[in-house]
Amino acid sequence: MTYREAVREGLREALRSDPRVFLMGEDVGKYGGPYACSKGFLDEFGPDRIRDTPLSENTFVGAGIGAALGGLRPIVEVMTVNFSLLALDQIVNNAATIRHMSGGQFGIPLVVRMATGAGRQVAAQHSHSLEGWFAHIPGITVLTPATIPDAKGMLLAALQQPDPVFIFEHAYLYPTEGELDEQAGAVDIRHAIVRRAGTDMSIITFGGSVWKALAAADQLATDGIEADVIDLRVLRPLDMATILASVSKTHRAVIVDEGWRTGSFAAEISARIVEGGFYELDGPVQRVCSAEVPIPYPKHLEDAALPNVDRIVQAVRSLVSP
Amino acid sequence: MKEQPATDSRIPPRSRALDLLRQMIRIRRFEEKAAELYSAGKIRGFLHLYIGEEAIAVGAMQALRPEDAIVATYREHGHALARGTPMGPLMAELYGKANGCSRGRGGSMHFFDASRRFYGGLAIVGGGLAIAVGLALADQLRKRPSVTACFFGEGAVAEGAFHESMNLAALWKLPVLFICENNLYAMGTALVRSESMTDIAAKAAAYGIPGEAVDGMDVLAVEAAAKRATERVRAGGGPSLLECKTYRFRAHSMYDPELYRSKTEVEEWKTHGPIVSFEGRMREWKCLTSEDLSAIEAAVRAEIDEAVAFAERGEWEPLEELTKDVYTANVNSET
Ligand SMILES: Cc1ncc(C[n+]2csc(CCOP(=O)(O)OP(=O)(O)O)c2C)c(N)n1
Repeated sequence: MTYREAVREGLREALRSDPRVFLMGEDVGKYGGPYACSKGFLDEFGPDRIRDTPLSENTFVGAGIGAALGGLRPIVEVMTVNFSLLALDQIVNNAATIRHMSGGQFGIPLVVRMATGAGRQVAAQHSHSLEGWFAHIPGITVLTPATIPDAKGMLLAALQQPDPVFIFEHAYLYPTEGELDEQAGAVDIRHAIVRRAGTDMSIITFGGSVWKALAAADQLATDGIEADVIDLRVLRPLDMATILASVSKTHRAVIVDEGWRTGSFAAEISARIVEGGFYELDGPVQRVCSAEVPIPYPKHLEDAALPNVDRIVQAVRSLVSP
Repeated sequence: MKEQPATDSRIPPRSRALDLLRQMIRIRRFEEKAAELYSAGKIRGFLHLYIGEEAIAVGAMQALRPEDAIVATYREHGHALARGTPMGPLMAELYGKANGCSRGRGGSMHFFDASRRFYGGLAIVGGGLAIAVGLALADQLRKRPSVTACFFGEGAVAEGAFHESMNLAALWKLPVLFICENNLYAMGTALVRSESMTDIAAKAAAYGIPGEAVDGMDVLAVEAAAKRATERVRAGGGPSLLECKTYRFRAHSMYDPELYRSKTEVEEWKTHGPIVSFEGRMREWKCLTSEDLSAIEAAVRAEIDEAVAFAERGEWEPLEELTKDVYTANVNSET
């Protein structure tokens, strides 16, 4: 099954099992979902629960917050992370604050999904990776499913949370294929996971870059360098224990992040490794991030702007010689 | 869309009239006390007083039932009081004490009261409108007969959120009553200096929403208009908008030197303020005596004294609880 189908399975299961769940966003209904994640849902669940919204990001995210306050379990789809900027007021000022500001009286069990990331030649206004920005905000949970089980299971887990959860689905992943157990359900959304075990290097990443890191690790293995590949899965709350355990074993770390290097989430992880594991390190922490440019349209420039397998391999090699 | 003449409202029974007057006085005195406590350094931060606008909260609240929801702005003391939140927790919230209505976390701009479906106290201009749309959506989907009343200033109509929310509420026929408190100024910017078209009720019409302008200084007119509008909303007519024409007698906040309007303009508005004019009319109807007034004032004074004592007695939230209620318990809120 594809990642897209896993998301769809998750949505369908959520809609079937809880009448309070509804989906709203631009083109989720008639069109079938901009990424076809809700294809057929309008017929299956009807227009009350599959709601096409106007192009009003701030207000439909705000309406999701209000609906959550009113006892529903809204899933709001924002077409692309770039457009979520129009909804930042509601996200930062209301979704993330109301529980605290109301002294715990009101919670917002809201799930917001959005497509993120580059690699499809759709240029600078449709390609950015801003999940690291969202992870800056206390009061929300930030998830980055990289695998098929996570694509479904994180959504189901998010719906069990009493607080707002943001799920960033890398647009590049939708057509990727993988296995999904028929029984697969909600997954743990508190912990990172070691996707590949090694002893020489910790490659720490999340989202779409997980697959690049795994490919890099395979390549490095042929030279005798064995890397741990950590899929962070959850950017907030961050599971530092898994990172530090890995660094204590390998003594070296490369962080791969499709966001820009300056002020990136990779910078945060780097700082935390230094704070919590400085004496474990045998060399400087390295980062592989996107070039400091708005993502360009031409393929060769876009490729050059993004982290890729070669750059990850090089970064690792600069720290370990085989 | 026409202005509702005050004479339209019929003479209420004496007990009801006294109650409306008492509620307005209660808000007025509460805020005068707040201003005094602010000067004394007991209350800090932004303090936006509602003085002059009391007829709107009190009038509109008469049309609402316990199951209805309320979304208000940072100028919400009057709304919370009119909704029935006891004065003690509100005063304690101004102090920032843990016995405040929001555990002291919000202060003047962020009153919350779950037991009365009072959803803020929201300080981003226009932001509350979207929340109101969502609350109304929840009520509609759950087939609850509630109305969400959303108060906002006329400054908010310039925000995209206003237009997005009107559109969505009308499109989905949601049970929302939008109540614009048009006090003519957004901080120091007069409506005529910020809007190309200043008829707010007409803006609602552009979205197919029934809009009505009413004298926001007349508690009975506001009450009557709010009842008409909520009945329409409750009957499934979709959203309605009420524009209440009013004026704030005080500065925008305690920081405002009020350079944008003249003293004479303020004084002129005060002559037909909501309390003084309602008192006058009650006297004409022979349903208000000086004894009534002093009884109201004495009761309010006692209530305020008790509220201040409640706030003074309140504890500061322990520092260990700084990160409480960022997430629900059991989630690590450190990261
Ligand atoms: C989005 C946003 N922009 C600016 C402000 C700063 N601000 C606070 S109150 C205010 C004036 C709002 O006027 P109005 O909506 O008419 O309400 P009033 O204060 O008159 O009750 C401004 C500009 C804000 N709180 N939110």
